[in-house]
Amino acid sequence: MHVAHLSLTDFRSYSSVELALEPGVTAFVGPNGQGKTNLVEALAYVATLGSFRVATDAPLVRQGASRAIVRAAVVRDDRRALVELEINPGRANRARLNRSPVPRPRDILGLLRTVLFSPEDLALVKGDPADRRRFLDDLLVARAPRFAGVRADYDRVLKQRGALLRSAVQTRHGRRQGPRRQEAEAGFAAAGAGDALSTLEVWDAHLARHGAELLAARLELVAALRPLVAKAYALLAPASAPAGMEYRHTLSTAVDGLPPAPGDGPAAPPVTEPATPLPGRSELEEALRASLLEVRQAELERGVTLVGPHRDDLLLRLGELPARGYASHGESWSFALALRLGAYDLLRAEGGDPVLILDDVFAELDARRRRSLADIVAPAEQVLITAAVPEDVPAQLAGARFDVAEGSVTRVR
Amino acid sequence: MYEGVVQNLIDELGLLPGVGPKSAQRIAFHLLSADPADVKRLAHVLLEVKERVRFCRVCGNVAAEEECRICRDTRRDPHVICVVEESKDVVAIEKTREFRGRYHVLGGAISPIEGVGPDDLRIRELMARLADGQVTELILATDPNLEGEATATYLARLVKPMGLKVTRLASGLPVGGDLEYADEVTLGRAFEGRRLLDV
Ligand SMILES: Nc1ncnc2c1ncn2[C@@H]1O[C@H](COP(=O)(O)OP(=O)(O)OP(=O)(O)O)[C@@H](O)[C@H]1O
Ligand SMILES: [Mg+2]
Ligand SMILES: [Zn+2]
Repeated sequence: MHVAHLSLTDFRSYSSVELALEPGVTAFVGPNGQGKTNLVEALAYVATLGSFRVATDAPLVRQGASRAIVRAAVVRDDRRALVELEINPGRANRARLNRSPVPRPRDILGLLRTVLFSPEDLALVKGDPADRRRFLDDLLVARAPRFAGVRADYDRVLKQRGALLRSAVQTRHGRRQGPRRQEAEAGFAAAGAGDALSTLEVWDAHLARHGAELLAARLELVAALRPLVAKAYALLAPASAPAGMEYRHTLSTAVDGLPPAPGDGPAAPPVTEPATPLPGRSELEEALRASLLEVRQAELERGVTLVGPHRDDLLLRLGELPARGYASHGESWSFALALRLGAYDLLRAEGGDPVLILDDVFAELDARRRRSLADIVAPAEQVLITAAVPEDVPAQLAGARFDVAEGSVTRVR
Repeated sequence: MYEGVVQNLIDELGLLPGVGPKSAQRIAFHLLSADPADVKRLAHVLLEVKERVRFCRVCGNVAAEEECRICRDTRRDPHVICVVEESKDVVAIEKTREFRGRYHVLGGAISPIEGVGPDDLRIRELMARLADGQVTELILATDPNLEGEATATYLARLVKPMGLKVTRLASGLPVGGDLEYADEVTLGRAFEGRRLLDV
């Protein structure tokens, strides 16, 4: 697929910009702070309904404007779709497809698929588990948009269950002795402690059900991604130890087909696993339920949900050593790129070349890895590159070029 | 901030569901410039509705008398109770003409975030209605969103020892939605295809 047209209104630094784009390579070149990343950020937003740079929408709206509009014409198999998003910070965003409103913005997911490489990707290796969970979940959504719903449901169960656990904690600490002034306090007081516990089992059941769906999908994803990432890493860093990855779950009960969660330190090299079938959803659901029961006491003391995919991690290894905390800067970079390349391979194999976005990545690479990366991405249907200077764009990737300066974007080649 | 009564009006309007501070301000200024007779009529119906309309003693639906029209209708099947979150859901289901039993309006759904637990819903009243054994089927028609599902699961577990047939509206309803907004055909089909709830 490729993007044939991008139009922004009050998005980031742009009050208004219209860009006609073509398949092949397009580079956006200009000094720092001129708005190159802003352009590709808008496209990535259409693909994921979120920014890779900020967690909230407010910074995406141009200073002084009240909402931003992003329009993209996406061409796939010769069919053209016009996607429009209105970003309303603090209120519901709105989406239109071919000029008709869709019920929820989520419904446009899947129309544009992107794989984005950016300097922030280093966090996939060096950052918190949350960064890696997001990587996995975003990829799940790109593969099958219905996972946006699965993830939203799971997050909602977590919120509800968390509120319930906290209200139970509050009741334990003090409220019980005092005179019960239920009507005096709105909110938590309404759901008393006995009440709270009577519904905890219901939330456990829902947490286990939605959690198992997410967990099963992530396990399957990691299994599919593992060989692709290993292959990409070997291309980028042939001299280094091989890249491996293991899913670190929080289940305390054993499940057939699921290895126990790996620890933090160096480990025996992961045995090349025989092709054991992954556990199914119902087994995982059962295991989640059982694991919740085991931590119940601790949860009631701390008021948080301690088991489930929201606490899981993806452990990355180079040989026997965990990448995080052990890998060199260059190795970490290669690993981050390999994760994105693996994601790209996977999406491409499953229908439709995603649009590749390379935000400022070549400047960070040495000559050899620059070449390897350029060779891998060159055949893609559409590649969008941002770079501060033209020399940062490898020769293999010569194509269209826009200069970006002071908020204007001009085609120069 | 505006002076005294104007700000009071804005504050009160802002407490209404779906009315944010901006809308509250707009409505307030609309009322200030409106014909006094119109405003008087609005004030009158507000008071009247509060005085005259009450909730059915039996099912919790809005009613003009002690019991609502449906509970008084002897032709309705007393063996089946359909449990909904709000009175507006009764209206939506009645429109489908698929259901000839009785209702029970909970007054919401379990939602710890909003501090709503089972004790805040009309669940005790429901259990009392089920006590005499006349009801043989309970249809759980809470909203097809997480809170509605959780409430249905809770109720199904609660009544399990009573051995009644417990059903849930068939999927096909837009998930994450409000029963009220399901169209008649979809909702009607959901009734026909209701499934046994196994907990
Ligand atoms: N909401 C906003 N309103 C107005 N301007 C904004 C907004 N958000 C970001 N900007 C401006 O956009 C500019 C950054 O744009 P961008 O990140 O695209 O730069 P860039 O060209 O990619 O630079 P670099 O080469 O440093 O990565 C900054 O000058 C910033 O002030
Ligand atoms: Mg940039
Ligand atoms: Zn009634």
